[in-house]
Amino acid sequence: MHIERPEGLDEALAALAADPHATLLAGGTDLMVEVNLTHRRPASVVALRRVPELREWDERMIGAGVSWARMESGPVTGLAQLARTVGSPQIRAVGTLGGNLGTASPAGDALPWLAALDAEVVLASDRGRRRLAWDEFLLGPKRTARQPGELIVGVQLPEALPPHQAFAKVGVRQAMVIATVNCCVVRDADGATRVALGAVGPTVRRARRAEALVSGTVRPSAAVLDRFEALVREEIAPIDDHRASAAYRRHAAGVLARRTLERCWS
Amino acid sequence: MIVTLEVNGEPCAAEVAGFESLLWVLRERLGLTGAKDACLQGECGSCSVLLDGEVVCACLVLAADAEGARVTTVEGLAGGSEGELHLVQQAFVDAGAVQCGFCTPGLIVAAAHLLETRPGAGDAEVREALSGNLCRCTGYGAILRAVARAQSQATQGGAP
Ligand SMILES: Cc1cc2nc3c(=O)[nH]c(=O)nc-3n(C[C@H](O)[C@H](O)[C@H](O)COP(=O)(O)OP(=O)(O)OC[C@H]3O[C@@H](n4cnc5c(N)ncnc54)[C@H](O)[C@@H]3O)c2cc1C
Ligand code: FES
Ligand code: FES
Repeated sequence: MHIERPEGLDEALAALAADPHATLLAGGTDLMVEVNLTHRRPASVVALRRVPELREWDERMIGAGVSWARMESGPVTGLAQLARTVGSPQIRAVGTLGGNLGTASPAGDALPWLAALDAEVVLASDRGRRRLAWDEFLLGPKRTARQPGELIVGVQLPEALPPHQAFAKVGVRQAMVIATVNCCVVRDADGATRVALGAVGPTVRRARRAEALVSGTVRPSAAVLDRFEALVREEIAPIDDHRASAAYRRHAAGVLARRTLERCWS
Repeated sequence: MIVTLEVNGEPCAAEVAGFESLLWVLRERLGLTGAKDACLQGECGSCSVLLDGEVVCACLVLAADAEGARVTTVEGLAGGSEGELHLVQQAFVDAGAVQCGFCTPGLIVAAAHLLETRPGAGDAEVREALSGNLCRCTGYGAILRAVARAQSQATQGGAP
């Protein structure tokens, strides 16, 4: 195995240009599990943890190399809430936003937040940068639009972050658990509401009809919330797997989305 | 390839092959068998070590990417030549927080780090800080009592 350990973004992009199919390594919390358990053996690795540009975080952009631990103690409500639920302190110390996107698990906990914000993924290669909407980037379970030679620089956020953001997740226990269903709801000052759910389809998805129902300045009545729950259940496509049945996921998604929405009002 | 690291304050160079983890290198190449090798998937925390001052699962660190890192294992916590135990180690002994002992090195590394970085941590914070370390024997009660004992010794210099 060959490893490159670039100390700057240009150096990283040059290493990738020279070896476009090299495997990118950030915190290793997904990649090393594959190495240890499925005996994945990439021929070459470009390790990104020494690249300072990827750890930058400003109003509009969060670097791919920002760890869960930083997100957890950061200023953005929804992101801090979801980061707290990820793995354990050991995982949060090294696991990154870019790694969550790179893995593109249907259950990735950062993904509903990014989808609810309509965030964009910023990719770079030695030929330049491009920005893809979250749903252009996430193509399927563990499939993304990243091309050989590209890396994720970070995510671009909308100009103003919604004042109300809430994230919640259902799993089999409290600590260290991959989501059975996860959900993020955000509400703008004018009442526009966006709802995204993970682990209920091949990629994270928005419940757009449910969003339309509750967008506005009127607090939804119990009857509207019932209808909201029902719409959420109609707009997802969960499957049976070792974590839960599709029927359970469908039920849980409705309950979770309703609770998360109500938190945006309190 | 050769990877150079600082382990428990000593510079060292280890021959590392392909996809070896830091855990493997510590145990099999450097003879430091304190950090335990259990799940190899980041779930149990028995391989916890400090990497540049943060608690990580050594099984998830690619050894080749640890070049230049500062690593502290449970062996590095006990005090030098007198072999005096670290406060947290002594508290685990005194509180009887060890049964089979497999989880103990990882828990001690995590608890020692907590004590150093957040000495006044409350019960919820302690539980959260140790949530990445699984124990199949003790039921955690004695472990939490050991941490409380170490905390009060660190802050007041006396046992609770
Ligand atoms: C015990 C345990 C618990 C976990 N719990 C959760 C959880 O609760 N919620 C959750 O969402 N995830 C969880 N995970 C999964 C994992 O921690 C996250 O997906 C994490 O964000 C991965 O980040 P990383 O930096 O460790 O990625 P790595 O393992 O380094 O990389 C992951 C993938 O992304 C690619 N990649 C990394 N950085 C970039 C980049 N800048 N550009 C392009 N590609 C890149 C890599 O090539 C690789 O394919 C858990 C993992 C473990 C082991
Ligand atoms: S062996 Fe590393 S976390 Fe279990
Ligand atoms: S004492 Fe046996 S696993 Fe904790």
